[in-house]
Amino acid sequence: MSNYKYHILVCGGTGCVASQSPQIKASLEQKIAEHNLTNDVQVVTTGCFGFCEKGPIVKILPDNTFYTQVKPEDANEIINEHIIKGRKVTRLLYIDPKSSERKSDSKHMGFYQKQLRIALRNCGFINPENIDEYIARDGYAALAQVLETNDPQQTIDIIKKSGLRGRGGGGFPTGLKWEIASKNPADQKYMICNADEGDPGAFMDRSILEGDPHTVLEAMAIGGFCIGASKGLIYIRAEYPLAIRRLEIAIKQARELGLLGENILNSGFSFDIELYYGAGAFVCGEETAMIHSMEGNRGEPTFKPPFPAQEGYLKKPSNVNNVETFANIPVIILKGWEWFSSIGTKNSKGTKVFALAGQINNVGLIEVPMGITLREVIYEIGGGIKGGKKFKAVQTGGPSGGCLTEKFLDTPIDYDNLLAAGSMMGSGGMIVMDETSCMVSVAKFYLDFIVEESCGKCSPCRVGNKRLYELLDKITLGKGTIDDLNLLKNLSKVIKDTALCGLGQTSPNPVLSTIDNFWDEYLAHVVDHKCPAGQCKALKSYHIDPDNCIGCGVCARNCPVGAIKGEKKMPHEINQALCIKCGTCYEKCKFNAIFIK
Amino acid sequence: MSSIKIKIKKETKDKIVEICNSFNNSPKELINILHKTQDFLGYLPAEAQEVIAEQVKVPTAKVYGIVSFYSFFTMIPKGKHPISVCMGTACYVRGAEKVLDEFKHLLNIKVGETDSAGKFSLASLRCVGACGLAPVALIGGKVYGRLAPDDIKKILSEYDDCECQR
Ligand SMILES: Cc1cc2nc3c(=O)[nH]c(=O)nc-3n(C[C@H](O)[C@H](O)[C@H](O)COP(=O)(O)O)c2cc1C
Repeated sequence: MSNYKYHILVCGGTGCVASQSPQIKASLEQKIAEHNLTNDVQVVTTGCFGFCEKGPIVKILPDNTFYTQVKPEDANEIINEHIIKGRKVTRLLYIDPKSSERKSDSKHMGFYQKQLRIALRNCGFINPENIDEYIARDGYAALAQVLETNDPQQTIDIIKKSGLRGRGGGGFPTGLKWEIASKNPADQKYMICNADEGDPGAFMDRSILEGDPHTVLEAMAIGGFCIGASKGLIYIRAEYPLAIRRLEIAIKQARELGLLGENILNSGFSFDIELYYGAGAFVCGEETAMIHSMEGNRGEPTFKPPFPAQEGYLKKPSNVNNVETFANIPVIILKGWEWFSSIGTKNSKGTKVFALAGQINNVGLIEVPMGITLREVIYEIGGGIKGGKKFKAVQTGGPSGGCLTEKFLDTPIDYDNLLAAGSMMGSGGMIVMDETSCMVSVAKFYLDFIVEESCGKCSPCRVGNKRLYELLDKITLGKGTIDDLNLLKNLSKVIKDTALCGLGQTSPNPVLSTIDNFWDEYLAHVVDHKCPAGQCKALKSYHIDPDNCIGCGVCARNCPVGAIKGEKKMPHEINQALCIKCGTCYEKCKFNAIFIK
Repeated sequence: MSSIKIKIKKETKDKIVEICNSFNNSPKELINILHKTQDFLGYLPAEAQEVIAEQVKVPTAKVYGIVSFYSFFTMIPKGKHPISVCMGTACYVRGAEKVLDEFKHLLNIKVGETDSAGKFSLASLRCVGACGLAPVALIGGKVYGRLAPDDIKKILSEYDDCECQR
């Protein structure tokens, strides 16, 4: 990044690409060429900035101006005003919702102020398709240091003392895992990266791979050196084409510079990495299932032990770590375990990346120190609930996790506290729900997912979850009874105790945690046959209040099934037999004349 | 094994054989072979699976077992404009179900089906990772974000007269 006066960083994350960031880059480059500025201004595609809600993001260096919701048409103004005349394009700056002030530097935005970026340190700063930019930010320095020290145990000790725990869900201490794998002698071992990211509401691993692929490659090589593996394998979802492409480019560039391949940096250590593609099966995120899938089989889990460290890929000792876990490794080596372990809580060190989504103002990817509270995440970083509605619950841990309510808002987030609260850290999905979400339906949503994704190998999971789903469905249709609630609880316990793998052992969690925290809501469904959130179609009906209806006819015209009739200027009526409860009339009526019962 | 009756064209068969060869006909590479074959054909008809099984020397049942296990693989040809509605949690809580219902209603097909003209097919998928745009649908490679059921009719009409495109 030398001779240019300005660098324009354009977000190349999937969210921003979907809202035309490649076209923005092209327009900017065209304008730069038109003004003969190609030697002064460079446009760079970077990884995700995290603030997806306000995407596409364009950032200008050196003055750190952060433009939001940019369109390709804005390129002209950005070049003419900002680059040529040195005046910020005010209309594209972020408006602080509290003070209504425009903020030009992301440092002053609520969304970024409480964040601490370790795993995401390079995302949004470097061009992920250029290894030089990674190297310029100390890339591969940790690998060089580890190889120079030439003492695997010393590096393992650093990771152990740092307190880093696996970010893929289980939270197993990473250093210890490496130590176990290092002690199993074998002619061939494997360092495996789990990039299957199956939680349907999580996209942190993908953002790391898209925004900073080299950090994962570097960490895998370090891990390979520590456990004595000369091969690295990355199992990545086929649904992530951009991440796959960036990884392929990164591997090629690293090989060209001798940072992967034979005799890396003349150390005598050889390590190379291959990609394996998933094909859309959630259970393949489970490590034994993943290994079977890499061997070309159905991705069915097997009983542990043997653990992968004993018998993994092709029956050889293998070590499986998550993408985000790897992304922490190089920094820990360079900055020291003391620094890393000073961040976080007693048993959860460092930071965690969360995909913050749902009914919240600032949807995006955030990285926060362990020990931050949900309240800080939701109200300060997330900017509060969308549309000024009331907070109801936050779901963490995906299909294996649970819902947390208002009473947990001030609990520090870490592995142990989330487990104690009936949820779990999981891989980092964090879905915020407001008062319009029905918790029985949320549980049903997850069970629907589990039923589809259960591999079918063990019957508690295959049959039990199907029965759970049917019970929940019955309740949302208003046909449930109190007995069904007891049955839900008992069956959930049996499934947890008897299922073969982590998928089945945790699949009833969404049911149990919503029953625990929202018992009244379940009761309302089975006793009063009402859905308090108004989401269950079968339990609600739309009516017109004759006192408020002025007979404008808007509802009748918009009704997709012609269920509303009435004379002009006279109160209308809804034919309940025809009504499909789509809610269109309710949304269209300007006179508050339609109510839900 | 060679008694199977192959209905697919010879060139297609040759191409599949070529794909298998490029992976040394190794059963360990079955998933990669299936990925490549589906890239080429758009789907994995039974005949293609038979060819692969014969090449790799495993029972057809094993190939079928893999195809049916992974949701990425399909035995039904997709429409010219495949529609995928994201049903990830973020999209779900922002109303993806209503969006999906509207697609089903307007196209008169279920999830996993292709309409009779072969123009649109409908699928649901889990998290495209554009949660900031939720709810999201993909048509071909194009992403449509912040959808409401009201928008769907107009979006589908964008494809009214593009019989010849793509
Ligand atoms: C049903 C199920 C799904 C899982 N999905 C993932 C996943 O998508 N990504 C991941 O890294 N780990 C996933 N895991 C955890 C892995 O089995 C494994 O523990 C993890 O990859 C280890 O890496 P870590 O120690 O760095 O966290 C899943 C586990 C289960 C039981």
